[in-house]
Amino acid sequence: MSWEVVTDLLGLLNYWVVIILMMAGFYVVIAQDNLVKKIVGLNIFQVSVFVFYISMGKVSDGTAPILEEGIEVYSNPLPHVLILTAIVVGVATTALALALVVRINHSYGSIEEDEIQVIEHDEEEIA
Amino acid sequence: MAATAYYLTRLRNLFAVVMLSGVYSLFAAALYMVLDAVDVAFTEAAVGAGISTVLMLGTLSMTTDKEKVRKKPPLTALILVFMTGGVLVYGTFDMPRYGDPNAPIHQHVANRFIERSGEEVGPPNIVTSVLASYRGYDTLGETAVVFTAAVGVLIIIGRSKDRSMPNAKAVRRREEDDDITHEPSAKEKEDASS
Repeated sequence: MSWEVVTDLLGLLNYWVVIILMMAGFYVVIAQDNLVKKIVGLNIFQVSVFVFYISMGKVSDGTAPILEEGIEVYSNPLPHVLILTAIVVGVATTALALALVVRINHSYGSIEEDEIQVIEHDEEEIA
Repeated sequence: MAATAYYLTRLRNLFAVVMLSGVYSLFAAALYMVLDAVDVAFTEAAVGAGISTVLMLGTLSMTTDKEKVRKKPPLTALILVFMTGGVLVYGTFDMPRYGDPNAPIHQHVANRFIERSGEEVGPPNIVTSVLASYRGYDTLGETAVVFTAAVGVLIIIGRSKDRSMPNAKAVRRREEDDDITHEPSAKEKEDASS
């Protein structure tokens, strides 16, 4: 493998970091039964998408997109705006999800998904 | 950052999980700083690492902070995750390389924002100009979403009549603060919830 190929592939490293983080979040969401932990997993997933957008907006030798005399190259401001919006919306949805968890705990006395399914099943048997 | 994510998947104590997710957010903020996104960095530090950690701690105080120990590791999930990851890595080979100024994302409307926003809108910070002016409708929609979420939280837990539900009042106050993303009160809320 020649040196050019290696440096070329190093340019993709940011995407691979994003994919590792994304898969960690994905794993937590599908493999863990605890509801709070699932929400934390969703947050990990979410942040990985943010990193993906921000790293795409980066330009080599560019600076932060704040106008200044004598600076020619800026990083792309558009992804920054989108992710700024997404972070705030993400916290709002997290708050809603946590409220649901509190409510579920109030009704079922558990925040473990498999226990809740057992309780639901038992209630159907009685009914 | 990846190490934090790994320990997040392993830990059983939910309190530690929440704290570690705050650390993870802070790492993300540092990363945004390196990638030139200063506005995003301080929003993530304040909102991601601050407010959502407080919200999760509040939830834990109302539920439990111990996760049940399970016996068998979910092998199917692990295989599925690795397969998805492999497909995604394969997909990156056609992506533009990191920092490439000729990437398609830099050829569209962004250049116009950089060249004209100074005279058309005014503030030197281009992100502010785009957020408040060019894409103002996005921001309006964002406030609508946050408002809807706050209303939803109030409907779900705010109006519970029976007193058996702990801290119903405290939660309501916390969500209202969240609505205006009011940062300095985050510390006092943490004191209140602990």
